[in-house]
Amino acid sequence: MMVQGMEINKDLVAASATPLVLAILAEGDSYGYAILRRVSELSGGRLEWSDGMLYPVLHRLERLGYIVGEWQKSDTGRRRKYYRITKQGKDQLAAERRQWQAVDDALRNVWSLLAAQPVLIPLSRGI
Amino acid sequence: MTADADVLEQQIAEWRRFVARGRAITVADVEELEGHLRDQVEALTGTGLAVDEAFLVAVKRIGSLDALSREFAREHSARLWRQLVLGGEDGDVRSSRTEPMVAVILAVAAAVAIKLPAAFGLDFAGKSGDFYARNLAFFVLPFLIGYLSWKRSLGAAGLVRRLVPLAVAAVLVNLYPFRLHGHTLYLTAIHLPIALWLVVGLGYVGLAWRGSAERMNFIRFSGELFIYYVLIALGGGVLSLFTVGMFQAIGVQAEWFIQRWLMPCGAAGAVLIGAWLVEVKQSVIENMAPVLTRIFTPLFTLVLLVFLGTMIWTGHGVDIQREVLIGFDLLLVVVLGLLLYAVSARDPFAPPGLFDTLQLILVVSALVVDGVALAAIGARISEFGFTPNRTAALGENLILLVNLGWSAWLYLRFMRGRARFVDLERWQTSYLPIYAFWALLVAILFPLVFKFV
Repeated sequence: MMVQGMEINKDLVAASATPLVLAILAEGDSYGYAILRRVSELSGGRLEWSDGMLYPVLHRLERLGYIVGEWQKSDTGRRRKYYRITKQGKDQLAAERRQWQAVDDALRNVWSLLAAQPVLIPLSRGI
Repeated sequence: MTADADVLEQQIAEWRRFVARGRAITVADVEELEGHLRDQVEALTGTGLAVDEAFLVAVKRIGSLDALSREFAREHSARLWRQLVLGGEDGDVRSSRTEPMVAVILAVAAAVAIKLPAAFGLDFAGKSGDFYARNLAFFVLPFLIGYLSWKRSLGAAGLVRRLVPLAVAAVLVNLYPFRLHGHTLYLTAIHLPIALWLVVGLGYVGLAWRGSAERMNFIRFSGELFIYYVLIALGGGVLSLFTVGMFQAIGVQAEWFIQRWLMPCGAAGAVLIGAWLVEVKQSVIENMAPVLTRIFTPLFTLVLLVFLGTMIWTGHGVDIQREVLIGFDLLLVVVLGLLLYAVSARDPFAPPGLFDTLQLILVVSALVVDGVALAAIGARISEFGFTPNRTAALGENLILLVNLGWSAWLYLRFMRGRARFVDLERWQTSYLPIYAFWALLVAILFPLVFKFV
């Protein structure tokens, strides 16, 4: 997956793809293009995936049974594949959420420790 | 504006063709991506871009086609089987010229190997017929394992590791004091190749014997090899007929050549050629096997239903002859084969359809027919005791019955939306070791238990 603007690490983007997609679908059924828009919106444009890469992710989640895809006619008459989160997907989302929470907590703790010791922050090198 | 729209349609059509070339991307995937492309173009023209500019931006944002097919291929490894998209990445693609050469050389080697014992006076006919019944598998399997190991770059160590079970089996079988033309000899002759074939399976899937997808690939490989083998055999039959006929016209007997040379050498070599064809021409059979399944599933269902109906109407029970049990085993094998092929070729995400109903009816009617036969045979066995043949056939029947019974249950759940199709696939692949185990049991343990009768 490609990231534009602020370079967010590839692995980080890949790792966050599952919880993001599941969470967006937990808000309501959606399709590929709209999901991408929502990702961009939620991240303030900092997290932008190369569009085509979303679909293999969606298919993987579908295979794992976390989401279900269904072709439907949209208002414009075009066929669109809408995805819906399943019970299993919701469980997975909850699990992912706990994991990310733990990572986030750990990072927050270490950030605040670093803030208490300003000497260690590399920014001071410039002075 | 309409001119713009025309241009856009043209460009999208061209893009579609281009994307569809990515081998792991199916028509449905392209449609989904196309919908995305159109949404993007719409949004971009909404912000003031011209249509052609919007198209370019939208295409660019979908990402490079190579990267895209690779992602799709990774996700859909079953499609990978059709067209090895990732082949180039691993750097183990053999050049198109060496591969046919290797296949032909190995086929010739297998053909020579099968005639080699003749140089020492061991022929198919006469007393030494026993020799071929014991050893038939060992003339062909090593070459097949060699080919697949070469194909997958397993190296010498990998090859040797796969040949060890063969060597062990060869020693055992030749040490066994079988009675000439005894029952256990023939049981071993039939079951040993089946058991060893699963060793080839190990060679085929490389080290990844555990994964369900790899096992499914192995099942596909076996089925397709079988189809190719039958096709080659039919061609060989036609060739033999012409050879005999033409030489007869000039007053020369050619039967000895067909019987002594063409048939044994062809039968051995065809396995290698078949394996090579499966590897190279995967997409051809990929289309053939599902078609065969579609033709024969309704026909077999019909025959079974009519058979059941007739049995009830006339009140005739199953007449237990010697070969009846084997016949019903074969019936179950055929039904299982149809089921396996339908499973392997089916899109696991497609909702249940008419064909699934048919498949379920087929499996259930086969179960009922077999149940009737089994009841009759059970009575006979309790009356006359266990012989090696009866025990082997009964065991196989039970193994297949359990498989099909549970398959029918899973199918029913799937049709009602309570299970995913993947569950059925997984059940089939995790059942494979049971066949291997039973085949080994019959081939190696039965002769000991039944004292080589």
